[in-house]
Amino acid sequence: MKKIGVLALQGAIREHINQIEAVGCEAIAIKSADDLVGIDGLVLPGGESTTIRNLLDRFHLLEPIRHLAEQGLPMFGTCAGLILLAENIVGYEEPHLGVMKVTVERNSFGRQIDSFECDLPIPKLKRNVPAVFIRAPHIVSVEEHVEILAKHENRIVLARDRNFLGCSFHPELTKDITIMQYFVEMI
Amino acid sequence: MKQLGTERVKRGMAEMQKGGVIMDVVNAEQAKIAEAAGAVAVMALERVPSDIRKAGGVARMADPRIVEEVMNAVSIPVMAKARIGHIVEARVLEAMGVDYIDESEVLTPADEEFHLLKSDYTVPFVCGCRDLGEAARRIGEGASMLRTKGEPGTGNIVEAVRHIRQVNAQVRRVIGMNADELMTEAKILGAPYELLVEIKKLGRLPVVNFAAGGVATPADAALMMELGADGVFVGSGIFKSENPEKFARAIVEATTHYQDYKLIAEISKELGTPMKGIDIATLPAEERMQERGW
Repeated sequence: MKKIGVLALQGAIREHINQIEAVGCEAIAIKSADDLVGIDGLVLPGGESTTIRNLLDRFHLLEPIRHLAEQGLPMFGTCAGLILLAENIVGYEEPHLGVMKVTVERNSFGRQIDSFECDLPIPKLKRNVPAVFIRAPHIVSVEEHVEILAKHENRIVLARDRNFLGCSFHPELTKDITIMQYFVEMI
Repeated sequence: MKQLGTERVKRGMAEMQKGGVIMDVVNAEQAKIAEAAGAVAVMALERVPSDIRKAGGVARMADPRIVEEVMNAVSIPVMAKARIGHIVEARVLEAMGVDYIDESEVLTPADEEFHLLKSDYTVPFVCGCRDLGEAARRIGEGASMLRTKGEPGTGNIVEAVRHIRQVNAQVRRVIGMNADELMTEAKILGAPYELLVEIKKLGRLPVVNFAAGGVATPADAALMMELGADGVFVGSGIFKSENPEKFARAIVEATTHYQDYKLIAEISKELGTPMKGIDIATLPAEERMQERGW
């Protein structure tokens, strides 16, 4: 059985664990570098990216995760997790992990009052998924080799770059497991 | 096609705050300290609860200038408090674009009979509760997030502990009940029946429940997480302590690693003096904020 870690510093951890189990994999909460040993993939959940970054630094997780990312460990970032993965963040000089070849903008759909849900078509998978956007970022631009998997109002909201899957919205807040299944197939 | 302010969008916002610390701030400078320390959100206020207690008189929604100043200062979500039942304060905060409204007993209630119909708003609400009946009534009105009432501004954790234990014990009781016992339980608790059915089905509350009202130290924050809180609000505790920056960081770390006692020992060293607390028994009944609302 594939073992998928969920970075468990802050945010929607339980929801991702439920989704991982729903696709028939084993889920492991990652709180320290020791927990990273032996995982086949890593989910970076939604939450507050500034908070998660802070805790990654303080508990010495940033470098070990970046190392695994560069070695090719599949990683799936939702919302704050996408911001952690991105190589560039609009308005910030430094990225966090900076491993996924995309530029993201934080809170780009507005404040909470502008947060929304919609039915999002994923052309490659030939189906729609329910997508919940909460103070969501979006992908402003991507390097040439990055595969754009979904757009909303002409903004990139789901993309894959090699071993990285980045998503603006929160599939984990719905019962739909399409995106998690797609991620598991990347492993 | 694109739907704003749905239950999933409003409750989901609170889900993203789980495992985090929400800090009371009264200006942009404090908001920035809170953000840098790792707060998941800030609560913009004119005064922290312990100062509200001291000042006496009627406590109202903060001056919109303060709320705006805080919103402009940080990239994390900003919450603000409206008086219980004060429709216009809530609408004003919503119009300003705050990310979450706390319909709060810390302020003087505007309505002693009716809470806000929170399902009517696009902005999500958090409300205080002391037991499952109160929790369920607030969810019934549309609250997307709960917190214990505790006893705000006292630096004394005893009431928050009482409230989280009470809610969780009652949730466990409902989960263990037979389906034909739920209507009677709804009557006893004064809770909407449908919500008890939902709690039994989910095996938990349908919204997150944070700790609030008396958290003064990293160990207090960890205690509330241990007792099943989804996260922590810290009101007066941080900016009434000797070294707010250090204190804020320590509370964030203790909330994440609430079962790592060596770490909590380490971060609790040389933190300086926490806020001076108040023994609840010395508080006259009319000064207990938790009695506000029903």
